Amino acid sequence: MVPVSYYLALSVILFSLGVMGVLLRRNAIVIFMSLELMFNAANLVFVAFASYYQALSGQIFVFFVMTVAAAEVAVGLALMVAIFRSKKSIDVDQMSSMKG
Amino acid sequence: MAAYFGLVPWVVFLPVIGLLLNLLFGRRLGEKGIGLIASLAAGLAFVVSVVLALGLGYNPQPVTIHRADWLVVGSLNVAWNFRVDTLSVTMMLVVSGVGTLIHIYATGYMHSDVCHNGDPGRYRRFFVFFNLFIVAMMILVSADNYLMLFVGWEGVGLCSYLLIGFWFEKGQEGLGNARAAKKAFVVNRIGDFGVLVALFFIFWAFGSFNFTDVFSKAAAVSQALPAVTLAITLFLLLGVAGKSAQLPLYVWLPDAMAGPTPVSALIHAATMVTAGVYLIARSSPLFNMMPAAGQIVAWVGALTAFFAATIAVGQSDIKKVLAYSTISQLGFMVAAVGMGAYVAGMFHLVTHAFFKSLLFLSAGSVILGMERADEGQHGEASGHTVQETDPQDMRNMGGLQSRMPLTFWVYLAGALALSGIAPLAGFFSKDEILAAAGHTPAIFVLLILAAFLTAFYMGRQIFMVFFGKPRSQPAAQASESPAIITGPLVVLAILSVVGGVLNLPGLAWLEQWLSHTVQDVLPGEFTWPVALGSLTVGLLGLVVAWLVYGRRSLGSPASPDPLELSLNGLFRAVEHKWWVDEAYHAIFVRRYEQLTHFLSQPVDLGVIDGAANGLARLSRGLAQAWSRLENGFVRTYALAIAIGLVLILGYLVLR
Repeated sequence: MVPVSYYLALSVILFSLGVMGVLLRRNAIVIFMSLELMFNAANLVFVAFASYYQALSGQIFVFFVMTVAAAEVAVGLALMVAIFRSKKSIDVDQMSSMKG
Repeated sequence: MAAYFGLVPWVVFLPVIGLLLNLLFGRRLGEKGIGLIASLAAGLAFVVSVVLALGLGYNPQPVTIHRADWLVVGSLNVAWNFRVDTLSVTMMLVVSGVGTLIHIYATGYMHSDVCHNGDPGRYRRFFVFFNLFIVAMMILVSADNYLMLFVGWEGVGLCSYLLIGFWFEKGQEGLGNARAAKKAFVVNRIGDFGVLVALFFIFWAFGSFNFTDVFSKAAAVSQALPAVTLAITLFLLLGVAGKSAQLPLYVWLPDAMAGPTPVSALIHAATMVTAGVYLIARSSPLFNMMPAAGQIVAWVGALTAFFAATIAVGQSDIKKVLAYSTISQLGFMVAAVGMGAYVAGMFHLVTHAFFKSLLFLSAGSVILGMERADEGQHGEASGHTVQETDPQDMRNMGGLQSRMPLTFWVYLAGALALSGIAPLAGFFSKDEILAAAGHTPAIFVLLILAAFLTAFYMGRQIFMVFFGKPRSQPAAQASESPAIITGPLVVLAILSVVGGVLNLPGLAWLEQWLSHTVQDVLPGEFTWPVALGSLTVGLLGLVVAWLVYGRRSLGSPASPDPLELSLNGLFRAVEHKWWVDEAYHAIFVRRYEQLTHFLSQPVDLGVIDGAANGLARLSRGLAQAWSRLENGFVRTYALAIAIGLVLILGYLVLR
């Protein structure tokens, strides 16, 4: 039985990687992937604690997160396509035409 | 007869109807129709006044006719009531009687004036203002409380302003007339401030504005609150000084001559400027309680009478002489009412209304004659000729006696009446004032000197205008004015000659008439020494004027005044009006301008605008600083969210 702290450590590493990816990368696709990484870091923690406490609610929460993430990706990718059509680029720094 | 008193509101409503008709339909009526309606409105008001006077002849008890409630606030109840008593009806008769004659005269005069000034459309406006003046004056004299009186008081001030500035785009630098109107308005505001403060005190001390209430409590209140009663009378005096052009607020009246001549005659000689005298006569119960205030009033009047008479000697504008003469004569009236000789003051008010409006109107006839000759000379091609000779400057006149005989005779009648030559109207009224002043030697001396100067400057004017040789081309070619102008002059001349019968010594009709309204009247006395003395002084003034101005014919307009040769410095002083205007300008106007400049530049632009602009600059700077955060980079926002999250979580965890 692997101690829960190992899962937590892995989750922290994954989450931090995701945050770094969102903050540092400019490619929108990569940012989405980093977002997924953060979701899954959170999911990992849910699952780890679910097994640790022998409670089912954590695993059910993960299902919800995955469905919402899927929906979010669908919307996000649609936005991405729309932006690419107008800007010929998916560089998020190019999407600054509404700045003050 | 009392039923007829119900007619009294018509003295106000008839001119209102006249002015409304002219205002609404004047454009279609033409000059004849406008003049007819305006004159008819004034004339019918005169008829109503005569009916009221006849009614009072049967039963001289004061009557109050209620028209409408005006202000009902708590214990304050100001109604629009008309007071019919011998004093108010006397004023109504003067206002509407002299007013009607001047309206008729103005129909002729303004026809020439609007043509001469090149704007015939203003004919209607003139008569609308003229009727409005009659309305305001009637409200003033018929009021039964101080607040309604103040409404009329302000109304006549407004009409005065409008009519002084009637040719507002004319005059010196195109602003002269507008400046004169503004000066009259501003100086009158100072006086009106006095009236307003007096009204506040009256309400505070008496709890009412009603004449009857105030006067019935006058004795009790002046016992209990002597200082307040004194303040009321002195603030009323300030108002009188403004409206009746007394020292030190007389400076607006000479400038008011910028208005057309009928305006000078009606407003600035016969009626409005006498409102102050009426106010004191009306408030006689208050002034009787305060002998000290009466003394001050008498001194102000006497000093004004003398001071203005000296200035009149040095003027060369035909209307300016009459203006200073008016101030001087108003000084006589104010001195009279100040000494408690209310009847003498009112008597002089009435006779002065006759002969001074006569003089102004005849002066207008002279000016018209000069202008006509001037225009005939230059041809009427442009319709509006450039003035080469000032038609109002007496130095350009001379010898008009043969050119304008009728005007000369009526002018002579007016001048002799003003000079106090028996048996003309002015002799009796001035004599009564001098007799009343007999109790105060200093005032008597001032007034008798003023009477001498009056005769002198009127003689000077007669000799300069009508005798000698013509000193300019227009004077040589002047012609008599038409009948519409000379007709009212003849009527006024007759009144000036026989006006003295109103209060002949022995008969004293006016005294009996007014005694029903004005209590504690100082009885008029007729003493031979005073009468002969004033007559001698008047004749002496005329003789001296003849010696200086009549004996030798005067030189060209440019040559100096004969008096200037003998009394060089003194003449220059009176010619420049003792530099009062300059002194006022330096003391008050300049200081005021400096204050306003200070308030406008450092205070308004610096502090107030600075604060407003500073706030605007601050908020714009802040906005610019904040907007730098909104750079449009999604990742920056994400970073901000991440940092914020870390901070919040860190706080929650570590606290």
